[in-house]
Amino acid sequence: MIRPHGGKLIERILRQKEKESILERAEELPSLKLDGELISDVENIACGVFSPLEGFLGQSEYRNVLNHMRLTNDLPWPIPIVFDVREEEAEKLREGQEIILIGEGEKPVAVLYLEEKYEYDKEELAEKVFQTKDASHPGVAKVLRMKEVLLGGKIDLIQESATPFYRYKLKPLETRILFKEKGWRTVVGFQTRNTPHIGHEYVQKTALTFTDGIFVNPVIGRKKKGDFKDEVIIASYEELIRNYYLKERAVIVILQMEMRYAGPREAIFHAIIRKNFGCTHIIIGRDHAGVGNFYPPYAAQDIFEEFPDLEIMPLFFKSFYFCKKCDSVVNEKTCPHPPSDHINFSGTKIREMLIQGKIPPSELMRPEVAKIIIGYDNPFVE
Amino acid sequence: MNKEYTNIMIPTSLYKRIEEKIKGSKVKSVPDFITKVLRETLSKEQVSTEEFSKEDEEKVKERLKALGYID
Repeated sequence: MIRPHGGKLIERILRQKEKESILERAEELPSLKLDGELISDVENIACGVFSPLEGFLGQSEYRNVLNHMRLTNDLPWPIPIVFDVREEEAEKLREGQEIILIGEGEKPVAVLYLEEKYEYDKEELAEKVFQTKDASHPGVAKVLRMKEVLLGGKIDLIQESATPFYRYKLKPLETRILFKEKGWRTVVGFQTRNTPHIGHEYVQKTALTFTDGIFVNPVIGRKKKGDFKDEVIIASYEELIRNYYLKERAVIVILQMEMRYAGPREAIFHAIIRKNFGCTHIIIGRDHAGVGNFYPPYAAQDIFEEFPDLEIMPLFFKSFYFCKKCDSVVNEKTCPHPPSDHINFSGTKIREMLIQGKIPPSELMRPEVAKIIIGYDNPFVE
Repeated sequence: MNKEYTNIMIPTSLYKRIEEKIKGSKVKSVPDFITKVLRETLSKEQVSTEEFSKEDEEKVKERLKALGYID
């Protein structure tokens, strides 16, 4: 089985006795409130999704990630996982302190062992991670809204947050045992934030031809207005798998994490995460983790050249489309016919039909999938 | 000198061969090429192991069964 990133799956979840001990002292300890995205980061650190990270980045790791897309031990790591607080909050905290991190409903989520607090340059962070300072980029806009001081240090999870998608939430340890149990020696990960059309299915099945199983891993969490709602994505994939995949060859598991829309850097990040789940391969398509026209269409594939030590193998795909002459899904390498014979898998076009309650043609989307989507009063994020 | 980098010595003839090899390629410099090759080589030497105990495995299998992932 593929090694976790850095060689060891991190688990920083407090056992019952440790949990009781910290909760007894919780009222005397300083506390900080976390928003939903930071809670996801904390849980992903604690459950090993972000292995080898054991906490929020300290300054030297932060600078290395920003400048070299690697941790200080040379391990690939392209996205800074950081915890931002206001200056006046940071002033009250001392290095060496235990800090209770509070989630929704004032519940203690985790404990942070504060190792350092440091200032940073938001514009530099935005420009290096997103390759732009343009505030119309959602990732940049979020960085510009971040608080002034970063806190670094290991964390321990006290309590996992509740999710309506509990049935689909597995930790890397669990997916690794699942793959072993299924006898999958090679597993291809598919990152998604959309409902599946025929183009997606074609890419997945092409990759599945060369591997033992497919790990469909939709990102659940804050999305942009107009994106499909989480429950719609999950239900539509369930329907697709039920009707058109071999049950023993496909699994769907959620990843609770915010999309950062960092294009190439995020593609590497997504690969690392799937490696931790036990995937040996990952599908990287056109404009992976991109937004608008901020990244060249295949930048997220080209960047893998810089990471020969990732260990997970990327499978690169060009755009697919339906060819009326071939009467099948094709790409530029497989079809000799001119563009006038092609029908693109336009997300916008499919979306318009679904909004009008129309089932898109079967060469664009499986009718069973379309029916599931149309069955929702409003399948989109408002 | 930048502390993030260090010097190594390689035969001049090898350096020249690498210079020739990377001409017209995406690799920008000889140090970039050597860094890439070394990282690739080192990562291949890592041994793959199972990182979970029998006890973990049994517990997880129960959950996977309950969730319908395995029969």
